[in-house]
Amino acid sequence: MPGDVSALQLVLTGDPALLAIVRLSLIVSLSAVVLAALIGIPFGAALALIQFPGRQAVIVVLNALMGLPPVVVGLAVFLALSRAGPLGSWGLLFTPKAMIIAQTVLVAPIIAALTRQTIEDLWLEYRDELTAMNVGPVGRVATLIWDARFSLVTALLAGFGRAAAEVGAIIIVGGNIDGFTRTMTTAIALETSKGDLPLAVGLGMVLIVIVIAVNALAWTARRAGERMAG
Amino acid sequence: MRAPTSDLPIRFENVTVAAGAVTILDGISLTLNPGTPTILIGPNGSGKSTLLRTAMGLVRPSQGRVTWGGREDVPPTRRAIVLQRPAMLRRSASANIRYALRASDVARTEQQSRIDELLALVGLGQLADRPARRLSGGEQQRLALARALARDPAILFLDEPTASLDPAATKAIEDIVHAVSQRGIKIVMATHDLGEARRLAGDIVMLHRGRVIETGPAAAFFNTPQTGEARTFIAGELLV
Repeated sequence: MPGDVSALQLVLTGDPALLAIVRLSLIVSLSAVVLAALIGIPFGAALALIQFPGRQAVIVVLNALMGLPPVVVGLAVFLALSRAGPLGSWGLLFTPKAMIIAQTVLVAPIIAALTRQTIEDLWLEYRDELTAMNVGPVGRVATLIWDARFSLVTALLAGFGRAAAEVGAIIIVGGNIDGFTRTMTTAIALETSKGDLPLAVGLGMVLIVIVIAVNALAWTARRAGERMAG
Repeated sequence: MRAPTSDLPIRFENVTVAAGAVTILDGISLTLNPGTPTILIGPNGSGKSTLLRTAMGLVRPSQGRVTWGGREDVPPTRRAIVLQRPAMLRRSASANIRYALRASDVARTEQQSRIDELLALVGLGQLADRPARRLSGGEQQRLALARALARDPAILFLDEPTASLDPAATKAIEDIVHAVSQRGIKIVMATHDLGEARRLAGDIVMLHRGRVIETGPAAAFFNTPQTGEARTFIAGELLV
């Protein structure tokens, strides 16, 4: 991207390189949120319902993992995927898939921890009714996840916010390769260090607009759903 | 099809329920037989709710045992309860009933007709698609009743179902309870409203401080109470 063109122009003219960056950012972060939800929601729900020794410790650790430093996650995934690492044979390092893996690791604890809290609160409310209706463990989990679905949207949004905003993990495992693994956040970091502040600022604004748009979409869907289902 | 065995009679054998250092039920021995409604009366904190929840199987005795039709640990397939503050599932009124029908393994093809029938019984036919949590307090109580009846129970426990309702809503509930009792479903209901107890009771179980103070047919209980506590309570004086 030429540095002398303003970011606004790039956005308005639909610059293909910029659009590719935006698209990759969305694909990586949204894929990570979907994968993290598939892991985190059942895990969080199970943790809310199942009593076992050491449960409190697991909850504390899980809550702490919400604050995992992205660079540390990036480093860990880098080591796992690097040629000498345990998953080196997959050949994923410096690909978008590696970035999705890293962000999934980052986001799954957030979704799991928020799900655990949401489901546990709902379980307190539903416990006697579901017990009285003789609903088994699998039915309980399914009921609680379904009835908490609008609250769980918030957990997904928190996860998406984390994924869309982070740069530390994906820049390590993705490598910020132009046209291949460059996302909005890694491009901002690069342009800032290169001194192209207007482009960095423009990209930053695009990123914020996209995050707001995704949240607004989810919020609207949540409100509409709540009106239908209470 | 229903199993031929019955949950009735429900027998409490020297049942004590304690929560930490607090004894909620204190050595209760009691038999709940088929027939006319049994009304539990007593002041707040006398153990009515805990007795109902123990009879339902939601609370395990700390000591003693409860048997249903002579057996222990009978899952609640033929029992249903309307809790004091029923939790409405975050779904429509009809979906709340459908949930209970599904939990009782009612065939999918029968579900809609049962839903219509139950909503009509409790007078909520017009509100079938309304989110349950948007219903008024009285409507929620009626929906909870319909949801409990969806389980086709042989015995129905009701925990102060009219406690915070106005007279019209109270009458609606009492009429349903009366109709349900006529169908042969055993009613066991807690109330601290003496008028309601008089209107509905076949027999009375009076609780005070976690103990059964007096039991017997309603007429005898109200006309010739045997204990000082019962006389005080019936006279409308404060029993503490």
